[in-house]
Amino acid sequence: MSRVVTLKINDQDVSGREDESILQVARENGIEIPTLCYVEGLSAVGACRLCLVEVVGVARLLPACATRVSEGMEVNTESERLQRYRRMIVELLFSEGNHICSVCVSNGHCELQDMAVKLRLDHIGMPYRFPVRHVDASHPRFGFDPNRCILCTRCVRVCDEIEGAHTWDVMGRGIASQLITDMHTPWGESETCTSCGKCVQICPTGALFVKGKSVAEMTKRPEFLPYLTMMRNRKSMS
Amino acid sequence: MSKKKVATIWMDGCSGCHMSFLDMDHRLLDLADLIEIVHSPFVDHKDFPPEVDVTLVEGAVSSDEDYEKIVKVRSRTKILVAMGDCAVSANVPAMRNRFAPKALSEAIYLAPNMTHRQVPSQGVPTLLPRVRPVHEVVKVDVFVPGCPPSNDTLFYVLSELVQGRMPDLSDKTRFGA
Repeated sequence: MSRVVTLKINDQDVSGREDESILQVARENGIEIPTLCYVEGLSAVGACRLCLVEVVGVARLLPACATRVSEGMEVNTESERLQRYRRMIVELLFSEGNHICSVCVSNGHCELQDMAVKLRLDHIGMPYRFPVRHVDASHPRFGFDPNRCILCTRCVRVCDEIEGAHTWDVMGRGIASQLITDMHTPWGESETCTSCGKCVQICPTGALFVKGKSVAEMTKRPEFLPYLTMMRNRKSMS
Repeated sequence: MSKKKVATIWMDGCSGCHMSFLDMDHRLLDLADLIEIVHSPFVDHKDFPPEVDVTLVEGAVSSDEDYEKIVKVRSRTKILVAMGDCAVSANVPAMRNRFAPKALSEAIYLAPNMTHRQVPSQGVPTLLPRVRPVHEVVKVDVFVPGCPPSNDTLFYVLSELVQGRMPDLSDKTRFGA
């Protein structure tokens, strides 16, 4: 049994299990911390940095999704600095790719787009990079448009941790990072892909989509994940 | 109260934002008591007038003509409004940014299905190397995302501005709306 610890989040006294993350305890207590890469039921990787929080006594900022709570911890999630950094992160995501919302399959159903609204972004301050990225439409049922990809790695994790196929992975470093299937071969030629579509449904943007969907038609159905997680927990308990 | 001088301009866009503007319908008559349209694609007026109170800018900066136009408009406008996603983010026009302008012109004008296969050398503006949003070229005072922003949004923006208030758009529109 894990121990219960007490801590403060935004001056509010809260408690949680010591094996829980700051993000989990915050959400259990109705404190909202924005995230893009985090999904309940997958491992936490701290990729998007949107959930960065301040912890008293720690000089650097910590990702709430990947930092465990501890006794007496004091966490701030809403400082002016954090809000500024969050806007900056989302601006960087928009300027890094080619997120042309008006012609995107996920227009109106996109977590990145929603995040821009939530953080009250009306324009992108950083110069747009306009990178050249090629769409992979080789899979018979699904498409991959790296122009819309924010490298949250949800697809990589769901494919590895839930489906057990590990078709997706990340190649390259820094600004050159990109998603690949198998050993950087076309998705349609993948020997590991089971065509289960979990990656498509969990993708927060229009980067992964079902073929045949036009602008704004791609709604994602990520509800399978809490269900599968619950069934797995039940199996491991019995 | 004297009428506010309002102008609209159209650069690299599809005119959808101007269509949305016209979709204000009868509310344009309400606005007509408060504003005077001094320059617009709707108005036959060649040169951009001085001392304009509000200019709505549709479209991204794509050609040398757009560039000269926006610099002049900025210097003659008090409040510059980026109207719609092309002005705000360069949007669809920016999809040509992966190609060099020369290659682009040749692919279009020298295509096999063209009757007169020739790249025009005069009468059309020269494309800039990259399409850019307005705020990367001149200072923008108000951003109105949307493709296009709804007529309600544009009515709200214009109503606020002519009454001397800055519009708060956070719950009214978004990129791609």
